[in-house]
Amino acid sequence: MFLINCPYCGERDQQEFKAGGEAHIERPKQPTELSDDEWAEYLFMRKNIKGVQFERWNHAHGCRKWFNMVRDTSNDEIKAIYKMGEKPPAQ
Amino acid sequence: MNKNLRVKSSEYIDETNRISFKFNGKTFHGFKGDTLASALLANDVHLVGRSFKYHRPRGIMTSGSEEPNAIVQINPNTNRTEPNVRATEVEIYEGLEASSQNCWPSVEFDIGGINNFLSPFFPAGFYYKTFMWPASFWEKYEFFIRHSAGLGKSPTSTDPDIYDHRNIHCDVLVVGAGISGILAAKNAAKNNFKTLLVDEKNELGGSTIYENNEFNKINNKTPSEWLKKEIEELKNIKNLKIKTRTSVAAYHQYNYLLARENLTDHLEAKNKTNKIRQRLLKIRAKKVILAAGALERPLIFNNNDRPGIMLSSAIKKYSEFYGVACGSKNVFFTNNDSAYESAMSLYNKGINVEAIIDIREQSESKIVKKVKEAGIKIYWSHSIVDTTGYKRLNSISIMKLSNDGTSVTGRKISISCDCLGVAGGWTPAVHLYTQSGSKLKFDDEKKVFLPNQNTSEQISVGSCGGDFKIDEIIKNLNQKLKDILNINETDLDSIKVEIDQENSKRNIWLLPSDKPLGKTKPFVDYQNDATAKDIKLALREGFRSIEHVKRYTTTGMGTDQGKLGNMHALGIIADTAGIKMGELGTTTFRPPYTPLTFGTIVGRNVGKFFDIFRRTPMNDWHVENKAEFENVGQWKRAWYYPINGENMHQAVQRESKAARQSAGILDASTLGKIDIQGSDASEFLNRVYTNAWSKLAIGKCRYGLMLNEDGMVYDDGVTTRIGENHYIMTTTTGGAANVLGKLEDYLQTEWPELDVYLTSVTDHYATASLCGPNSKKILKKIIPDLDLSDESFPHMSFKEAKIGNIQCRIMRISFTGEHSYEINVQSSYGKHLWEKCMEAGKEFNITPYGTETMHLLRAEKGFIIVGQDTDGTMTPIDLQMDWIVSKKKYDFIGKRSLYRSDTMREDRKQLVGLLTEDPNVVLEEGAQIVSELNQSPVEMLGHVTSSYFSPNLNKSIALAVVRGGKKMMGKKLFVPMENKNINVTVVNPVFYDEKNERLNA
Ligand SMILES: [Zn+2]
Repeated sequence: MFLINCPYCGERDQQEFKAGGEAHIERPKQPTELSDDEWAEYLFMRKNIKGVQFERWNHAHGCRKWFNMVRDTSNDEIKAIYKMGEKPPAQ
Repeated sequence: MNKNLRVKSSEYIDETNRISFKFNGKTFHGFKGDTLASALLANDVHLVGRSFKYHRPRGIMTSGSEEPNAIVQINPNTNRTEPNVRATEVEIYEGLEASSQNCWPSVEFDIGGINNFLSPFFPAGFYYKTFMWPASFWEKYEFFIRHSAGLGKSPTSTDPDIYDHRNIHCDVLVVGAGISGILAAKNAAKNNFKTLLVDEKNELGGSTIYENNEFNKINNKTPSEWLKKEIEELKNIKNLKIKTRTSVAAYHQYNYLLARENLTDHLEAKNKTNKIRQRLLKIRAKKVILAAGALERPLIFNNNDRPGIMLSSAIKKYSEFYGVACGSKNVFFTNNDSAYESAMSLYNKGINVEAIIDIREQSESKIVKKVKEAGIKIYWSHSIVDTTGYKRLNSISIMKLSNDGTSVTGRKISISCDCLGVAGGWTPAVHLYTQSGSKLKFDDEKKVFLPNQNTSEQISVGSCGGDFKIDEIIKNLNQKLKDILNINETDLDSIKVEIDQENSKRNIWLLPSDKPLGKTKPFVDYQNDATAKDIKLALREGFRSIEHVKRYTTTGMGTDQGKLGNMHALGIIADTAGIKMGELGTTTFRPPYTPLTFGTIVGRNVGKFFDIFRRTPMNDWHVENKAEFENVGQWKRAWYYPINGENMHQAVQRESKAARQSAGILDASTLGKIDIQGSDASEFLNRVYTNAWSKLAIGKCRYGLMLNEDGMVYDDGVTTRIGENHYIMTTTTGGAANVLGKLEDYLQTEWPELDVYLTSVTDHYATASLCGPNSKKILKKIIPDLDLSDESFPHMSFKEAKIGNIQCRIMRISFTGEHSYEINVQSSYGKHLWEKCMEAGKEFNITPYGTETMHLLRAEKGFIIVGQDTDGTMTPIDLQMDWIVSKKKYDFIGKRSLYRSDTMREDRKQLVGLLTEDPNVVLEEGAQIVSELNQSPVEMLGHVTSSYFSPNLNKSIALAVVRGGKKMMGKKLFVPMENKNINVTVVNPVFYDEKNERLNA
């Protein structure tokens, strides 16, 4: 059970949060210009890394804010947390 | 033969407090402080159970939670019965009853014992291999297996006890209150860390508390004497909380641990009532100090499982702590010095020790010399090759070990004995450490897996960290404490330790016999009857991964998770396969460390607290008027309102007719409601719904369909424009929370530039939906001054009004196809509004209707219910709802996916109506649809999604999804059922009032 440092509320138990999949996948600005393959790439393709992964999390039972997390999936170490729109920290 | 083996008074046993208890129906006596195991041993009872596969008689092996054999049923045939309880952990109380498990008809005479003599036919994987064929025999096999196997019986009545959960936050959690744990907790608390010390036993001190070896001294006192004083001092330390009878079950990431605190299990029945039995502690600790100790290993030799064969350390604990001798003719079998301490403990109390069999060539320590002086015979370089005694050990045979330890030579000596203590060295209890996600390394010299790292958040100290001698323990504990607590001084700096040095070790995972392995029974996992032979067979049959060998042989898969024998299993695999143990890895130790009751896990969340119920403000009225309810998510919704003994069908037919012929009223308060405000609210709706919103006039309503980005229908509902920058969105009852979450996600992550604010107002409003040709007249009676003309208040529009002093929002919208109004008031006025409508509607026979009638009425109109007629694979085009998909809008969620090659296929499943040839036959929802009857295999074209008998059309109607259905209008299809084939025709899904004339009736 993680202890997650919400950038708006501070450290809270994992059960207050919802995981939201891979981070930094931007919704295409002009979807109609994309081929089926390009759209499918956005829609379906997600990484599943053993190691350092960038993820979206939501403080669903708290402030309801979305934020980003850098997590090592091999040992669940949370390496960084930063707000939406901020650049990921240099690794 | 109730012999009394109580040998001396012990300070932990209260001999003035005599307790009677029953075991297998027979009454025994023990004392306050005894465990079930110690009390049975004091009565010379060793035989307590039968093994799982061979039904071999088994006795008490240990004195703790690692016990594999003495697994009993507590208080059988009562509502407090509990199976699979370790007799070594049960504290006895007046009236306790326990019985053996896994034997029928009794532990003394067990029919399954014949498996033992048939055992050459029960190799590893026997069940997998044998009972697979012939398949038709399975039922016979099952009867046999179920009657002869099984560990205990679950209770059949409601648990009378209360369970609880508690969150605990602390600076330092110390797991285990042996010498290391006590010193760690004391020093942490003294340095102002808020500290919690937990131990599974009822007394503090671990094994050191009865450590009376005269050659080991701490500050010139025996370890037990010294530690008792330390424990005494704990009482005066602030910041320190101690919980005994508390076992840590799980160690998760970020120092989150679960522990079970046992509060009443040791009390007699009359003192258990109305108290919390067990409490689950959810502990979040800044730092964790594991001081979980070590488990003594048995030795693996032929017939090493007979009642009377025990761990040497257990014999010592029963003697020193409980004052009980486990036998009157004792022998020890060892590979290290610890057995000599156990032997001396018995000898000092005048109990006969016949001999010590030691696989080492010699040992020169003081304790060994002491044993020699006592005249106890020591057989160096010898091994036990066999044992005898079916229900109780009566002799052992020993032979000389060859130099390499792989065979035995010379003359066989037989020694008669009734108790054998085995000492195979120590295995650090690293179970919790590995659960936390940390890795182990193999120490080839000590032959143990040890924690590989100590971090700022976690350390393993004492024997669970690999330090077995008091001098090592104190020295390493001191340094580790300073590091983790970041302090310069501790109490340990001044401790002086003298110890008896042990100078030789010898480790042989599988001891040889004079017989070939195939003719012997060296048990590795006692509970599951896995032998060394089984492990070797698994390797011969090609299993290589330790996890596979474990499952094939069931080694380590019992309720004890093989705590005693896992290391030997690994050792035997490594030796046989010629691999280094460190490269082999270990099997995974999963939580819980010891079994938990379901009660502890669920805590207070039982009965009506199992899940949250949500009730509408009108709920009391529904209850008073005898509504039947259905669960919709967490909501309790009125389902139908039976009168005069109607069944559901009769009630629904009546309600449906009334709603179309005069007036009906529905409690629609559960619909999700989201208040949307902000200067970009219209643009936001444009992006989340498939249709256009910019031109919706203030005071107008519009139906919207929401897709996922993959183009599939996600939710639907009516949204009303209340002001220039203000909308109220309604969602499906079940989708409310998810829709809000999805909208927030897009606003925060994709479109943060939009000025939009979302607020869930579902619980703020109560909603009554008034429908039918007389609904207008009823509303007029309630709000006489409101202009209800079609010009002023047309279909799909909105008005603010007042019922008396109550502010309300009225939408003229319809989910039934009838002229209808949805009246929203602040939820506290919900019941009042409802009663007002009922009163005003009386003269029109206003009929309350529930969700079932609502479903029927909307199906007559061909309106979909998201989640019933859709399943996450339906696009609006599939639903024949092309009209709601804007062609002009550049983008909305899911738009691009509607032009993917897959979503544009013409043979996708599409929503259609179905009419049965016989109008009285109602199709089953979920029934499959085919076009051919004589085809095999037959192609399934789709299935029925909604189906009712329509009282307003006087025939059966159904909605269905059918492959290529749009182009099948008028086509005959079949719905094959178990006993008959039903002929159906594909039709337009709108069955009733296709031109929507009734909306303005
Ligand atoms: Zn937060």
